[in-house]
Amino acid sequence: MELRQLTISQLHEGLLKKDFSAKEICQDFLRRIEKDDKKIKSFLTLTPELALSQAKEVDKKISREEKISLLAGIPLAVKDNILVKESRCTAGSKILESYIAPYDATVIEKLKLTDAVILGKTNLDEFAMGASTENSAFFPTRNPYDLERVSGGSSGGSAAAVAAGLAVVALGSDTGGSIRQPASFCGVVGLKPTYGAVSRYGLIAMASSLDQIGPLAKNVKDARIVFEAIRGKDPADSTSVEPKTSIFNFQISKLKVGVPKEYFIEGMDKEVEKIIREAIEKFKKSGAIIKEISLPHAEYAVPCYYIITPAEISANLARFDGIKYGFSQKKAKNLLDVYLETRGEGFGDEVRRRIMIGTFVLSADYYDSYYSRAQKIRTLIKKDFENAFKEVDVILTPTAPTPAFKIGEKADDPLSMYLCDIFTVSANLAGLPAISLPAGRIGNLPVGLQIIGKPFEEELILKTAEFFESISEF
Amino acid sequence: MISKDQVHHIAKLARISLTKEEEEKFQKELSLILDYVGKLKEVKVEGVNPFFQSSCQNFNGEPQVLVREDKVNEQTSETKEKLIESAPDHEKRYLKVKPIF
Repeated sequence: MELRQLTISQLHEGLLKKDFSAKEICQDFLRRIEKDDKKIKSFLTLTPELALSQAKEVDKKISREEKISLLAGIPLAVKDNILVKESRCTAGSKILESYIAPYDATVIEKLKLTDAVILGKTNLDEFAMGASTENSAFFPTRNPYDLERVSGGSSGGSAAAVAAGLAVVALGSDTGGSIRQPASFCGVVGLKPTYGAVSRYGLIAMASSLDQIGPLAKNVKDARIVFEAIRGKDPADSTSVEPKTSIFNFQISKLKVGVPKEYFIEGMDKEVEKIIREAIEKFKKSGAIIKEISLPHAEYAVPCYYIITPAEISANLARFDGIKYGFSQKKAKNLLDVYLETRGEGFGDEVRRRIMIGTFVLSADYYDSYYSRAQKIRTLIKKDFENAFKEVDVILTPTAPTPAFKIGEKADDPLSMYLCDIFTVSANLAGLPAISLPAGRIGNLPVGLQIIGKPFEEELILKTAEFFESISEF
Repeated sequence: MISKDQVHHIAKLARISLTKEEEEKFQKELSLILDYVGKLKEVKVEGVNPFFQSSCQNFNGEPQVLVREDKVNEQTSETKEKLIESAPDHEKRYLKVKPIF
């Protein structure tokens, strides 16, 4: 078996049995990145010195018979909006093209303690805004299943790297579907934790009330291992929450699965619908109780999201002003021009679009009719889920309305790109945990299934996902 | 539909410079997007509280007060140096900026 096919546990066992060393694993991945990433372009920056020095430490520990963690020596890719100290962090933008991170994100600190090996920083839509990675200021990342198609976004680089075997696991971030949708497009597992489960310190902020960091992996167990390593309360992130320990017995015959009727919409890809309905059948045949539920405000989730998110973006991106870090337009004559020209040139189209929408909906004349209203509708959406979860344990939906589309297909139609998020945004608005895992293929193209859970019940959705993994062949 | 003047005004507020062509392009795109999100006008929101906090700890919907001691979390001088070095223009420990006029 090739190293790229091994799971975290298999690699860990192999290291303990001395079938191979951490250095050999690392070199194998770096070699294949050199060869294969020219076509896929999942990485923006490689960190081979860091990776090899981390691998060396692991090998030292093994030779000294010291105990090593499950993640020790495991090659990891990190989305380029998560700070890794002393490495470049671009957020996929020209405005941070040469920015060097002065500190580690909390999740990176935690992963460094497990001795995971950081291979490099992966490509993303600029400032995590997008659903295809085409908004990266540098280049799009291609789908390993079809190089003419997108890898999804905004964590497209991370999803593609895992799918192509260029990393064992990866970190992504999810504000409206940015872990789950690329996971669906690339045939991998992607988990968005409950809001507050994972610290956002060191994540370049997009929409602070929605952002979460989460893992992408080839299988559910590997995603769980990474999630458990990164979760936890962090004094540097006051929205982070200490996890409650949950011990329970998962029994498929006791599982109540909700299927929202509003999610099977007209205009949905018929083959995606078929795959999801087949998945629901599989759960039913295995003994799960399937219940049709209603999320009455489902059709308002995307417009609600595209008012709140740009509003928060306009505040969070105000810091990129050419003064403290990043690109600065030196030719500007006065302070105002520094701001105007640095941001006008340093930010791409989608970023500028969203900052402007945000500025508009927060402006005095429009605050009540747009932003304030959206915040109230957000409460209604959250209540829809609270009501649904009184009757069911988990909610099953498609992850995305289509499989991966062709590069350039939606580039000129921002609204069409926003509609890619139709099934994913609600979980962010309501702060709920959600996972996407492979459920089938259309031709060669992967299609993902989404499982949404109650707050802090990641373990239940992970177990449900693992169950589905065990009864399907994807 | 938003006007070119409104686009111009918003861009200025957001401190983003736009060329004439970009102003036209963004006018069309922003109009489309704002029309779409205007769909929210259909929803009845009387008596609904705005969503204050994402943190799911408190299911009663009451905003939680999360405070810490007003103490500086001292960073190493190495980190402080790096932060100053990140600035596009600096002299010793000062960040240099262009004049206002």
